[in-house]
Amino acid sequence: MTSIPFTSETPERPRVGHGSHGHGHGHDAATGGGPASKRVFVAYGFWIFLLSDIIMFSAFFAAYAVLVKETAGGPTARDIVDLQNAALETAFLLASSFTCGLASIAVAARSKLWFYVGMAVTCLFGLGFLSLELAEFIHLIGTGAGPTRSAFLSAFFTLVGCHGLHVSIGILWLLTMMAQVFAKGFRADIERRILCFALFWHALDIIWVALFTVVYLMGSIQ
Amino acid sequence: MSHTHNHLHQHGHDFAPGDERPDAEGIAEGIRNYLIGLGLAVLLTATSFFIAGTHLVWQPSIPVALIVLAIAQMGVHLVFFLHITTGPENTNNVMALAFGVLIVFLVIGGSIWIMDHMNQNMIPMDQIMQMQR
Repeated sequence: MTSIPFTSETPERPRVGHGSHGHGHGHDAATGGGPASKRVFVAYGFWIFLLSDIIMFSAFFAAYAVLVKETAGGPTARDIVDLQNAALETAFLLASSFTCGLASIAVAARSKLWFYVGMAVTCLFGLGFLSLELAEFIHLIGTGAGPTRSAFLSAFFTLVGCHGLHVSIGILWLLTMMAQVFAKGFRADIERRILCFALFWHALDIIWVALFTVVYLMGSIQ
Repeated sequence: MSHTHNHLHQHGHDFAPGDERPDAEGIAEGIRNYLIGLGLAVLLTATSFFIAGTHLVWQPSIPVALIVLAIAQMGVHLVFFLHITTGPENTNNVMALAFGVLIVFLVIGGSIWIMDHMNQNMIPMDQIMQMQR
């Protein structure tokens, strides 16, 4: 990827419309019928990865659904879920997904300032989500409802923790993208990475929708 | 004229998932799309949380309602945040998504189905323990 000379992807590509940039209209695909632009390839490949990641999550969801009743005399789903906490986590993650979208628009509009603002707010919401989840985990382990208590709690911590791990990695990636834009500007390769990051972050929110429905809401009505 | 335009559109270029729409008229249109998505997502989330805590609806219908609301919200996220649409330039993305969804349903549905049958047909665990002694 780094062996490709910069001239093959000029940062100043022909603009289409007002301020919207060349998505797929890059010069290698401009005549139509030719191969898609590198931007489309990269994003499509990352989309395939995200789908495989979602399939991995589906295995954890299946394990959770199978083990949710196996509490071994310990706390049940109804005992451990805290709906207020879950609602706040949901709000944080949804807001971060929105601001991440605004940061993507800032890239399209070539505004570094708004990109930094959007990404910083996204980062803060993400950290807020993580701290709430961490507090929840610490509280559960402190009250003897740790992952070793029962098969149900093992499945719970694996499923929710795996999503939390993804969010942590996403925040590291987010900070990396801010640093790269700071050091290298809106270069074509940096833009592709930002596009992949945005896809990753939105996909995490989709998984959280399934998570708060299956684990928290359904747990509370059992 | 419009026919040739459509023709070009179908074969000319695929569309990257998550990319801003090519027909978006600048920044305002983009922000508006994200705002619509956020509004719908908030509405669906609030409904989910409300239904889970209320006694106003028939209780056995609640899990089904929650699943329907969750799937609807995932659709909203896909369309407004990830820009996965039904447009011809999006076919590859949608086909990949459809395959992913198929596998997800096979994994989750199959696991629940098989394990449920095993739970019903197997000797209860405490009796197995007795036999092993």
